[in-house]
Amino acid sequence: MENTIIEIVEFSFSINSRAILKDISLSVKEGEYISIVGPNGAGKTTLLKCLDRIHKGGNGDIRIAGKPLDKYSQKELAQKLSYVPQADGRISPFTVYEFVMMGRYPHLSPFSSPGKRDEDAVHDALDITGISEFSERLLPTLSGGERQKVFIAAALAQGAKVLLLDEPTTFLDPRHQADVHRLLERANRERGFTVLSVTHDINNAILTSRRIMALKDGTVVFCGPADKFMNNEILYKIYEKSFLFVKHPQTGKAITVPEMP
Amino acid sequence: MALLFVLAIIVFSCAPIVGMNTIPLSAVLHPASGGMESNIFWKIRIPRVCISFLAGAGLAVSGMAFQAMFRNPLATPFTLGVASGASLGAAIYVRLGLVFSVLGISGISIASFAGAILSILLVYGLTRARRGFSTATMLLAGVAISFFFSSVILFTQYMSDFSQSFRILRWLMGGLEVVGFESVLNMAPFVISGSAIIIYMTYELNLLMTGEEIAISRGVSVWRTKKILFFATSLMVGGVVSICGPIGFVGMMVPHICRLLIGADHRYLTPATLLFGGAFLTLCDMLARTLIAPAEIPVGIITALLGGPFFIWLLLGKTSSKRGII
Repeated sequence: MENTIIEIVEFSFSINSRAILKDISLSVKEGEYISIVGPNGAGKTTLLKCLDRIHKGGNGDIRIAGKPLDKYSQKELAQKLSYVPQADGRISPFTVYEFVMMGRYPHLSPFSSPGKRDEDAVHDALDITGISEFSERLLPTLSGGERQKVFIAAALAQGAKVLLLDEPTTFLDPRHQADVHRLLERANRERGFTVLSVTHDINNAILTSRRIMALKDGTVVFCGPADKFMNNEILYKIYEKSFLFVKHPQTGKAITVPEMP
Repeated sequence: MALLFVLAIIVFSCAPIVGMNTIPLSAVLHPASGGMESNIFWKIRIPRVCISFLAGAGLAVSGMAFQAMFRNPLATPFTLGVASGASLGAAIYVRLGLVFSVLGISGISIASFAGAILSILLVYGLTRARRGFSTATMLLAGVAISFFFSSVILFTQYMSDFSQSFRILRWLMGGLEVVGFESVLNMAPFVISGSAIIIYMTYELNLLMTGEEIAISRGVSVWRTKKILFFATSLMVGGVVSICGPIGFVGMMVPHICRLLIGADHRYLTPATLLFGGAFLTLCDMLARTLIAPAEIPVGIITALLGGPFFIWLLLGKTSSKRGII
């Protein structure tokens, strides 16, 4: 549990000479569940994309399992990290099973058919996410909530121990939000997946993750245990807005509620 | 799939027999007899069927690869300007009166291939410069380049003498009239090597179709993969266009039909598209040869007559986006 899986040291990244990330440092241990929060445009998504080399380059040092990021081939990296992007609405006409099986790409070579190990991994991922019963349906016929579970299942099937998620619950109804949070928590607790999740839902960040990192304008403004996060001194720095707090009836943790005008 | 295979074999074996002159079986069985029928069969019909099949397969599978790469149902060798690039290459080759060959491959095929590569790089560069492959940007870039190259071709043709001009015109109409096996041997390496590369990359095509970011996160080296695919498709389009001219719509409609029939998984879609594309163009050519015999309709007219309505159905059919269409 104590091995560092991701080590980011003073990492900066710019797009068209506009700095998006400035001197980010973060060390993630195996089995952690970290929520990344911050206002729109703070660089949260960019950070995930840099980790997964969807964005290449940048200054500073990123190591995955001790090895510098740029020493990985894309396939090797895919065996360490998997990524669930923000839903973009353009869905290809694959079946759920076909799509989840594509998660096995880093373990397949050309011409080889998926073997038993691949099939087991896919069935396991379909089980964890609770979508086995519609594995033969086509992606475009699924609801947003079902689709998000399929994307997470494909990432789990990939066999990488780190899950990067970009706003996994943003467009989902309350039931599917709860479903997704529960399955991520199970993947984290029971299967030992390390989870880095970008979210705007600070209440859920408090309840699900032990550590929270907050970005604003490309810099880290808070990084620490979740219970230290919920106070207006910190939150105002991030969102330029103060919040009202109440105690969560089950856990006693502070959560925010909307303020009346 | 098996059905497609059977269909391809039936078309392949029937097509040479159907035509202006009926061919008696004895002529087929005795290629060396030197009779007129046997000459028609072995020196004209068979090479022509081979060319149709190769051209159809090559164009269809290129269209399939483009549709997956650009995640767009309208991406084809034509809408992206690749075919006009290849035609331009051929036109310039004819205009300059060049005659050369490299390793037995005729210079005109190489010129077409260069034209195809050039236009694909232009379209790709333009869409990339505007960040991301928005459908509109890509199609606009493709159409712009297509128009631009078309007028350069016309200009080239205008500046050519009569015989060159006629040769250029012949390409632009798209035709499969070949005599002897020379053209077949010239086209085959392009189409076969190009499709071999595509068959090798079916997993990557699947992932590209789900989106560039997902493909990267699953471990695809997207930039490298795209370069290889561009190379492979340019090989095929160049090889086909240099001999047959730009034959429309095969590259667009065949992959869509196949996707509707057997789904989007490129491991099965690729062989199906190759077979169906080959069979479809052979069939179109058979119609072109026989409908108003003894005259021939340019095959491009037949494919476009069938393809045009399909294109419109594709544009209007909202329900089709649920299944099959990207």
